[in-house]
Formats: sequence, structure tokens, C-alpha cells
Amino acid sequence: MKSTLKYVLAMGLALQVCVPMAMAQGTKGLENPRSTKFHSDLSGKTVAFLPLSMGFDLTEGWAAQMRKQADRLGYSFEIRDPAWSTDAGTRALQSLIGEAPDLIVVHNPDIQSYARLLKQAQAKGVKILQINLESNTTTDSYVGADWTEIGEQAANAVVAQCSEGKGPSNKVAIDTGVPTAASDVFQLDGIYRVLDKHPEIEVVSQQATEYNAEKARSIMDTVLQQHPDLCGSIGIWDNQDTGTASAIKQAGKQDQVFLVTSGGGNAVGCENVSNGMFDLYISYNVPLQGDILNAEIARLLQSDAKAGDNKAVYFNPLTLIDKSNVNPRNCWTLDALK
Amino acid sequence: MNWSLGKMLKTQEGVVLALTAGTLVLFAIFLPSFLTAGNLISLVRSMSILGLLSLAMAMVVISRGVDISVIATMVVSVSWVLVLQRNGVPLGATLLLGGLLAALVGALIGAVIAYGEIPPIFATLAAGSVVYGAGRTWLFKLEMQNVPPDSSFFTAIGNSQIFGIPVIIVVFAGFCILVHLFLTRTRLGWALYAMGNNPAAARNSGFAIRPLTVGLYTASSLIAFVAGLLIAASTNSINARLYNSTMIYDILLIVVLGGIGLNGGHGRVRNVLLGAALVGILLNGMTILNVNFTTQNLVKGVVLLSAIVIDAILNPRDEQTSQQGDL
Repeated sequence: MKSTLKYVLAMGLALQVCVPMAMAQGTKGLENPRSTKFHSDLSGKTVAFLPLSMGFDLTEGWAAQMRKQADRLGYSFEIRDPAWSTDAGTRALQSLIGEAPDLIVVHNPDIQSYARLLKQAQAKGVKILQINLESNTTTDSYVGADWTEIGEQAANAVVAQCSEGKGPSNKVAIDTGVPTAASDVFQLDGIYRVLDKHPEIEVVSQQATEYNAEKARSIMDTVLQQHPDLCGSIGIWDNQDTGTASAIKQAGKQDQVFLVTSGGGNAVGCENVSNGMFDLYISYNVPLQGDILNAEIARLLQSDAKAGDNKAVYFNPLTLIDKSNVNPRNCWTLDALK
Repeated sequence: MNWSLGKMLKTQEGVVLALTAGTLVLFAIFLPSFLTAGNLISLVRSMSILGLLSLAMAMVVISRGVDISVIATMVVSVSWVLVLQRNGVPLGATLLLGGLLAALVGALIGAVIAYGEIPPIFATLAAGSVVYGAGRTWLFKLEMQNVPPDSSFFTAIGNSQIFGIPVIIVVFAGFCILVHLFLTRTRLGWALYAMGNNPAAARNSGFAIRPLTVGLYTASSLIAFVAGLLIAASTNSINARLYNSTMIYDILLIVVLGGIGLNGGHGRVRNVLLGAALVGILLNGMTILNVNFTTQNLVKGVVLLSAIVIDAILNPRDEQTSQQGDL
């Protein structure tokens, strides 16, 4: 009994002496081994970004965010800009495979062109992260829009406006970009998955605009001449659909034709929602994609797995923007990301 | 001039005219809504911007030059106008600055060709990427520039009509008349034909070929600037990516299809109109028919190829063409 009391007293004394000692040491804190490893794993690594082209909202937005993280964590980040040329992109990818960086972030011009090179790169130990436009080859990671889902959402919105007894007619026009891009092939699949369930909807025109707004304008102009009672239109990209919207506006049919388009959610696109050019703008949210990209880059650079061993896909959530929610949270500017 | 149908059909112009008329009749018969006033206006309007750029190209080609840089000049100068407007510069000043930029670029290109004696195709090809690169680096960051929402100027051009005809068509028609008068009624216009036919002889006869070349490329750039303004008014935006598109080939297609030989010295405004009409009718008809993208390109290619082949059969190479060569 006595010894127990002694023991308790001793413990109390020990605590009184030791805790402040530990606290004294604590003024300089404890090293977090995970943080140290995180930083040392990442610093000095090399990441290359191969976009379709620099100079447009999506790629500039992602690049701004990726560069910010690279600067913070001390790995090198460089951009190879093929300026919309698939040939130049292929050459850039080949030379990157030779240089063997730790990771290449690839933005595919279509589902086929880079497929074999991406496999080759992984075979050489270079990890591949694809962004927003997929290739047929699944690689270490894909982050971006689910084009099938965008197509379904767009078609659902149009069906809601133009199905039996709702709009001035059941006629819908679709304008696509370049027929071989992931954004076209998968989105069309999504659109027709929905439209096939609604046989009353009649697709009166499906034309490729090559992402050219003036071409989109003249197509919509012609379509409206043929089908003055057109009810809805699905466009594949906000950058070209300013043309589609202008044709509708010039024909004085803004209240009649329901126009859905999609894009990265740049303030320029949102502006066209608030001025009534786009009725619905499906945004794949570039700032969010940039954050996910950065997390994936850090994960892949730290991972001991060999290139091509583990494959991951993440389709990021979409934001449906209409007049009611055009706000700074949904609509970003490049300067804000830098 | 003594026009007979047989003679007419033996020129490329005649062949293209026959093709155009044939397509027009076919579409008019088989597409019920093709020959309506609304559709015809939409057809002409859709070709007005390409047509305007083709006018600029035609003048240069007649003088035995070629201007590959028009698209770059157009997108850079007009994107800059929109950026300046967003930054609060008054409309008049932005237009003036944009026009000055286009004129300066044109004059520099012309000077390189005239005084540096660099072949136009290389000079303008290189100048195009310099202009585009400089523009992207210093004048605007994003390829896509929207017209400022409160700009009544662009809205007026894009949406208004004069006697039921869109302003854009009226502007194109105005330029057609201007260029036509310039080419047929002025000494400078005749000088272009002289330069195209035989530059050495033109110089020996006392034409100031070098200043003329500088002026010509300046004019071509200014027309490109106007075309860019029309695009901005028409689609509420301009996308600098047009520089990387096939637009320049469409312009050359119209010029060559219309019968303006790339070896210079020949051609009128009516050739541009003819080329534009054929391309416009084909595109409009195929859009109505909802023909897919690949087939449309195929048809465009086949039409151009057949026009060239028929021309080659009707007008075999002779001593002059084989010496001078085509471009």
C-alpha cells in the first residue's frame, strides 16, 4: 500500500518534470517524416505537358495550376506546344520519350493518334497522365470530363424542352467539332443513348464545324432557313458555339431555340450565358480539373509502381450553368488561377 | 470581246461556270427549300467573308504574288481591337490602332518582298507565323476573344440589314465594286496586270514596282482587317485559331477555282465571285442534305481536282506556261 503511494507520487513528480521538458523540446516541434519524404520524393522530378495547343482557356488554366504546384514542390515543369498540329504533337511525344521525364501529361487530339506512343512511353518507364481528351489506350491515369455523361446531360436538357407537346417542334440540330476527337465520338454516343429513347425527337442536322465559329454560324443559319421551327441545338464546345448562338440571335429565335453547349467554365463562356446566347452551359470546371491533376501528379511521382502497372480513371463532376448560377465560383478567369 | 458559248467552255472559267450552274440547277430541283430568298441570302452571306479575303488574295495573285499571311494579320489585328476595347479604349481609337497595325504589317511584308526580293510565298509564310506569334505573346493571351457585351458597333454590323440584305453582304458587294473599278479603271490596277505578266518588262516600262508591291500588301492586310471585323460582328467573337485552320486553302481554292492562275497577270473580280459561288453552293447544299464532314471534304477535293484536270485537257501546257511554270 505504502509502496503504491510512493509509486504514484514518483509518477506525479516524473510527469511534472518530464512534461515541461518534452514541451521545451516541442518548441522546435517534431519532424514529420511523411512531409520530409513527400518533399524529397517530388523535388528534382521532371514533368512535361503536351497540350493540343497553348493559348486557349482549358490548356492555359491547367498549365497555370500545374506550374504553381511545380514551383511549390520543386519539380520541373515544361510545356511542349504543338499548336494544334497532330504531327508536331507526335514528334514532340517521340522526343519526350527519348528524354524520359518522370511523367508526361498528355492532351490527346483524337482517340487514335498517340495511342501507340503512349504505350511505348510507359514501356520505357515514363508515366502517362491523360487530361480531358482520352486516347484509346488506358494509361497510369486519366483525369477529365466524361464525354458520354456530357452528351447525356445535353440530350436530356434538350429532350426536356423539345419532347412531344413541349417546344415548337421536335427538331434538334447537333454541331460537332472534329469527328475523331474523344469529345466528339463519346459525346455523340451519350447524346444518342438518350435520343434513342425518345424517337419523337428528330435530328435534322448533324454537322462538323472544325471548331470554327463562323462555320458554326453559317451552318445554323442554313439549318434555320430549312427548319424555321427548330426547337433545340446541341453544340460540342463553347468556343465554336458563339457562332451557333449568333445565328440564332440574328434570326430572332433566341426564345425559341434552346442551345446547350459545354466548355471549361471560363468567364468568357459564362458571359454568353448571362447575355442569353447559351441557354445551358455544361462546364467541366478547369480549376477543379487542375486541382485533381495536381493531386494525381504528386501521387504518380511518389508511387513506386512501374509505369503502366496501375491504371486509374477519374471523371470529374460537371457543373450545369444557366442564368441563375453565373458566379465567380462557377466561372473562372485565367488571372485568378495564376 | 467576242463571247461564244463554245469558246467560253474552253476556259477554266467556263468549265467552273458550267459546274456552278449545273449544281445550282440540281439543288434547285432536288432540294425544295434551296431556291428560297432566305436560303440564298444565307448562302451569299456565308461566302461574304471568304469572298472578301479572296478579293485581297486575287489582287496579290494577279501581280504574281501570294499572301499566305492574311489570316494571321486578320486574327491578330482584330483580337487586339477586342482586347483594347475590353481595357476601356474607345471604339474609334481601337479600330484606328487595329487598322494601323494591319497596315504596318502589310507594308513590312511588302517591303521584304519588294526590297529584299524574297519570293512572296516564303516571305508571307514566315511573316504569318511571326505575326501570329508576336500577337499571341504581346497583344493577347487567349485565342478566343469575345466581343464586349455592350458593343453596339459589332451588334449593328452583325444584325442589321439594308433593304433586307445583311450589312455583311453589302460590305462585301461594296468591296467587289471598289476592287473591280481599281483593277479595270486605274493605272495602278493595270500596273498589277503588267507586273503579273512580266515583272521585268513592267519595271523597264517605268512602273514603280517596289512601292506598288508595298502598297499592294498593305491593301491586302487592310482588307483582311475588315474581314476580321466582319467575323467578330458575325459570330460575336474571333478565334485566333483560324490561323491554324484550313481557311487559307479555302481562299486559294476560291481564287484558283474561279480561274485566276497562280502565275499571275490574269483574272477579274468576277472570277472570285464565280469561285465563291461554286464553293458556297456546294457547302450550302451539302449542309441542307446533312452530308457528313468526310464526304463534304471529299466532294470539295474532287470538284477542285476535276476543274484542274478539265482545264489541263482543254488548255494543254504550251511553250509559255512550261517556261514560266505554275506556282
